Parts: sequence; C-alpha cells; structure tokens
Amino acid sequence: MTQVDPVETFRQEAADLLVQLEEALLDLEDRPDDAGLVDKAFRALHTIKGSGAMFGFTAVAEFTHHLETAFDQVRSHQRPVTAALISLTLESLDHIRGLIEAPEAADGAKGAALLEGLRGLAVVAPPPPPAAAAPAAEPAGPATWRIRFKPGRDVISFGTNPLLLLRELAALGDCTVTPLADGVPPLEELDPHACYMAWDILLTTDQPRTTLEDVFLFVADESTLTFERLEATVDKRVGDILVERGDVRPDDVSTALAKQQPLGRLLVADGKVSPDRVDSALAEQQHIREKAKTPAAEAQTVRVQADRLDSLMDQVGELVIAQARLRQVAGLSDDSTLRAIAEEVERLASDLRDTTMSIRMLPIGTLFGRFRRLVRDLSRSLGKEVALTTAGEETELDKTVIEALNDPLVHLIRNSLDHGLEPVEARRAAGKPAEGRLHLSAVHSGAQVLITIQDDGRGLDRVAIRAKAEERGLITPGAEVSDSDLFSMIFHPGFSTAKAISSVSGRGVGLDVVKQTIASLRGTIDIASTAGEGTRVTLKLPLTLAIIDGLLVRVAAGFYVLPLAAVEEVVDLTAQQDATSRGRSFLNIRGDIVPFVRLRELFNTAGQPDPYQKVVIVAAAERRVGLVVDQVIGQYQTVIKSLSQLLGDVEGFSGATILGDGSVALILDVPHLIGFAQGREAALRA
Amino acid sequence: MSKKIMSVDDSASVRQMVSFTLEAAGYQVATAVDGQDALAKLTASPADMVIADLNMPNMNGIDLVKALRAMPQYRGVPIILLTTESQAEKKAEGKAAGATGWIVKPFQQEQLLAVVKKVLG
Repeated sequence: MTQVDPVETFRQEAADLLVQLEEALLDLEDRPDDAGLVDKAFRALHTIKGSGAMFGFTAVAEFTHHLETAFDQVRSHQRPVTAALISLTLESLDHIRGLIEAPEAADGAKGAALLEGLRGLAVVAPPPPPAAAAPAAEPAGPATWRIRFKPGRDVISFGTNPLLLLRELAALGDCTVTPLADGVPPLEELDPHACYMAWDILLTTDQPRTTLEDVFLFVADESTLTFERLEATVDKRVGDILVERGDVRPDDVSTALAKQQPLGRLLVADGKVSPDRVDSALAEQQHIREKAKTPAAEAQTVRVQADRLDSLMDQVGELVIAQARLRQVAGLSDDSTLRAIAEEVERLASDLRDTTMSIRMLPIGTLFGRFRRLVRDLSRSLGKEVALTTAGEETELDKTVIEALNDPLVHLIRNSLDHGLEPVEARRAAGKPAEGRLHLSAVHSGAQVLITIQDDGRGLDRVAIRAKAEERGLITPGAEVSDSDLFSMIFHPGFSTAKAISSVSGRGVGLDVVKQTIASLRGTIDIASTAGEGTRVTLKLPLTLAIIDGLLVRVAAGFYVLPLAAVEEVVDLTAQQDATSRGRSFLNIRGDIVPFVRLRELFNTAGQPDPYQKVVIVAAAERRVGLVVDQVIGQYQTVIKSLSQLLGDVEGFSGATILGDGSVALILDVPHLIGFAQGREAALRA
Repeated sequence: MSKKIMSVDDSASVRQMVSFTLEAAGYQVATAVDGQDALAKLTASPADMVIADLNMPNMNGIDLVKALRAMPQYRGVPIILLTTESQAEKKAEGKAAGATGWIVKPFQQEQLLAVVKKVLG
C-alpha cells in the first residue's frame, strides 16, 4: 500500500460523503418516512465528524456533531423530518464543505447562526444529561485497594483474556492475586467456553481509582467488580476480613472462634466458606502486614554485638539437643501430660531456632558493596575498562557465611579481571564492547543460596587446562572428561596455566584455597565457560552453618544425617532389584539411571543388612545418586558440630550432631559421596 | 509471527489511519469496507483481532459481531467497535452482541495501540 497523506484522503472522502448526504437529503424531501435515507444521512454525518476530529478538522467535527445529534434523534423518532430541517441541513452542508476546503476562510458567524436555527426547530425534549457525580476526594500517596473481580461467564468467548487484565493491574503497583475457583462446577456440568473463575486482588499503588477502573473498562458492565480502599495500617484478623467482605456471617465466626483452633480451617470444615476465600483473606492480611511494616521496621532496629548473636545461636543449638532428649524420653513414657509438654517445647524450640537464624541473616549487598572499589582499583592497575553490575543484593545469608565469603569472592573477582577480561584492544579486535562486564548476583534456591560471578571475557582455555591436567597426571590422556569436570581442575593446588605471573594473580596459589573455603562452608563450586564469550563461576552455599533440617538414617548400628535439602526421594530397594543390580549398582528411577552406593560396603560394616533396604536419592549439582541405608528414621533438626581437627582429613563427612539419647550421628557430605559414586561408575565403565 | 488485525470501516481515512498505526507497531493489517466485506474476508482468512466501525452500510458493526461470534473460530477473538460519544447505548448493544470493547472516536494513535495491547497482550 502506497502511503498517501491521510488528510488528503479525508478531504476526498468528506467531499464524497457530502455528495451522498446531499442526495439523501434531497430524496428525503420526497420520502420523509424512508428510514434508509435517514440512516444514510446520519452515517455520512457520523463519519465526517469522527474522521474530521481525527485529522485535525476540529471545527468540522464540532459543527457536524450538532447535525449528527439531530439526525440521531430523527432515527430514534424524537424529531420529525421537516422541510425546515432539510433546508437547514443543506445550508449546513455547504458550510461544512467550506470548513474542509478552506478552514481559514470559514465564516464563524454563519455556523453559529445555522446552529441557532437548528436549536429553534421542534424537538421532543431530550432527557436531561445525568448529573455527573462529583468524584470523592482521595487522599494522595499510595493506597491499598481490595479489588474483587468475577468476570461474566461469556467474557472469554467475547474476546477478553482475564489474565491480561490481571497482568495490566499488576503493572500498576505491588499486587497480590488470589484465584477463587469455588465457582467452577463439576466437570460434567462445565462449559469449556465459560469463565467460572473469580479473583481477589490486593493492589498497593499511587494510581488513582479511575486508572484501576479503566483496566476493567470493557468488562465492568457484566462483571461483579468491587473496589475498596483499605486502611493499610490496621492489622485485621482473618475473621474480620471474611465478614467485612461478606464471605461469612459474623455469628459463624463467633461459633468457630469458640472452638479455639485456626479459624479459617474451622469455617471451611463447617462448610461456611470455601478454602479459596480463606486463602484470599489470609493473602490480604499478609499483604497489609508487609505494607505496614516497611516504614515502621526501620525505626525499630537495635544494634547488637555480633558475639552475642553467636552465643545465642550456640544456646539455641544446645536447646534443640536438649529438646531432642526430652522428646526421646517423652516418647517412651505413657504420661500424656509429659508428651504434650514435649510437643509444645519442640514447637517453641523450632520457632526460636528460626527467629534466631533470621536475626543472624545479613543481606549479601553488604559484601557486594565492598567489591565496587576493588574492581575500580584493579581495573585501573591492569589498564582495563570494567563495568561491575550486581543483582540480588537483598538475598540474605548467615553472618558467618557472609564473612567467610569475602576472601573467596575477592579471589574469583581478581581472576576474572586478570585472566578473563581482555585488554581494551583485544576486546575491540574480537568485536566486543571496549568495556568488559563483570556481573555478581545472588539468589535463593531452596535452602541454598547461589552466588554467581560472570564475566564476558575470553573464557577458559580448554586445551591449555587439559594439557596441564594431563601433564600433572590428573586425567589420563585421551579420556572423556566433561567441561565441568575439566574446568574444576583449576581448583587443584598449584594448578596454573598462566604464562606470565602478574602482580594480581597467576601464581597458581589461591584457587585451591577458594575451593577449601567454600567446602568448609558446606558449599560447592561449579564453572561454566564458553571460549570467547566468558566464564561463569557459581557458588552454592547453605543458608546457615549452625542448624539444618536433616534426614536421620541408620546403617547397621550407626546413625547418620543427610541434609534434607539434598534429599529428593526415598525408594525401596526390593529384593529382586537388589539381586539383579549386584555388581552394576544402578537403579532405574522412572526411566532415569541413577547409580547407588551401599553405605554398608562403604563404611565396611559387619553383619547382615536389614531385609528391607531403602535407597535415599540425593542430588547436588544436577547429579543424582542413591545411598542404600538400612532404615530411614525421619526428619531431624540437626545442630551441626564440626569434627575435631584430628579428623580433618576424613572424607565423606561434613560434621556431626548429637542425638536425643546423647549418641553421636555423623553428617554425610553429599557432594563428596556423589563424586565418589560417579567416579566409581566411570571406573566400572572404563 | 506477528498478529493479524482486520480494520473494518467505510471511511478510507480511518482505515488508513488504523493500518498505518498498527503496521508501524509491527502488526499485520487487513482491511474491509463494511461488515459484509469483512465477513467474507474473515471467513477466507482468519485474523487475531477485528476493529470495526459501528455505523457502516450493508452490514453494521453490531451485526458483524453477531455473525462472527456465531462462527466457532471467532469465539474468543477480540472484536473492538469504533463508536462516537453520542452512542452510549450502542456500547451496551455491542457488548450484548459479543463485542470485546470499544474505542471512542475521535481517538489518538496511542489510544488505539493501548486498546490493542490490552486485548491482545
């Protein structure tokens, strides 16, 4: 399509329309009752007005508007077709033509006179315009709105995607959406084209109510839609929220409250309200609490000496151990009161543990902040241009972990700057921006935190590392080695491929220290690198060093703890699998081949294994391994005690813990066991 | 692949403005001069969205909406009607027929794009 000036198109079109209008008016003179002619005249006026306004002919649009209104009234039989109307319209038509062809030369007085004449014509009185309700003045600043939205059944068939509306709303502020599926009928009654869902939305935003209403503009009429402004500072109880919303009656709440149990659950059990609606009320409570706490919390910080926190953590650890003993004793007793107390203490100890750990958490941003200066100074001394970006500064880690991370991170950053990122000329030659990029990020992943150091430099030299590793006898020449395994060679003591030793790094001292430090924090390191594109080092660290949730297992007479975060599942080792897998040592878990290790064999225990062996499937660094144990006892709050220095070179255990009966259980080092199992697997295949 | 939008209007200038705006924003645009023309073209080749004028000869916007909603492949396809402010009651009629929403004429290019984004995502 060739692009013509739309204004010119409009002029031509308007000229045509005016001719059509003229014809229709002249015909109307003969046949004033012909509805088709009235429609034709109206359409012509309508288009002239609509297009006129769009292409800047405001005067045309304003003037034509009155004529259009007149003919709309004719269409709806509010105004008769009279000779006066027709001649007046014909005169107006000439005026419009003038306005379009030569807007500057138009005679304003003439137009006003014509409109005056139009007003003088007989009309069936138009209904008075509805008095516009004065919008209630809203206080400025962010407000929290409770929006309850139940679209009409046809909304999806009629082309509206409710999810797009929710997304539009979420873009306006901080938004909590709870879907309500309680209106969805059983499958046999369900019309797949209908929309049965409803949504409760909590939105904290600076935008005025009209902006929120505009989101639902197209669906407002047939939807059930309410907007309520909430008081952001009042902490309401769930019952109050449900009653306020009209989801339950006040006396149902009182009845439920009398039973002294979580209210929402009771109301659901009594059939007074659907679980979705309770969830939604809880979501509102949470949303409001978070909003309320942000400004208040800052005013209420207390500075505490770090060693007090350390001793608090130690004491909580001892408390957890004492509580485990209490549980053990109570479990053997018939005294129901004692059991109830033991349960209560267990719950309190667990809450206290969580609170204490949260006190010790620091955002990693405190650490990242220090590296800004480091990167600036280093890049100057190396004559490179480097931009440091960070993400996830708010990610929290135990204070001890953060402190211990400083040195390894400094080391890794030095390495990236010195070996990874190229000098400006080399970058230009490789077609990269002169300024190198170094990105530090932290993110939560289950009970672990992932910290990545990524650069867009030259990447690791696969060939050089391989040659060096072969030279040092770390790998057999020609053996298949994965990139990840090969790159991890650089953490071996004394391993350096750097040709020249710079003042910053390259003596081959250090990376092995990094690895040791991370391992002592019970963390792992993974390296990914693409030649010419950059290197990414990922550190996986536990959230805390002091207490973890563990899975307690028994192998022969010894008890062991596996960090629960590493446990994926537990499966039975059937006698048949046991028999057929002998010598091959792998299981088929839903189509995946998972190698396994018999802990009895590994620990050289004597005696016969239990008849029903269990396999605990653990995972680390995207690898899975099964550990065969005699018995899985259950989840266990594990206070980590480090092993004595005398046992420093024992592999396969990362610590010990004290059980309720005072005996000691060793904590298994999952990444090490996985490495061991994978290594043995590779040896068997070779 | 970019979404295809059908602009239905008896006014060449409006069609041109709609096409120009949407094409500049990366959409494919097809045009039709009235409801009948649109129905024939939409039956032959599907569109992801329809923007139709309310008042058109031969078949108006509301009848076009009704005809399209009766076709299984146009259930759920957004259909936007162009109206003028004097036609408030027509909005209700359009909605009842199955229109997704409306744009009040005269409109600016940004308004048109905002509505398209709202219903197409």
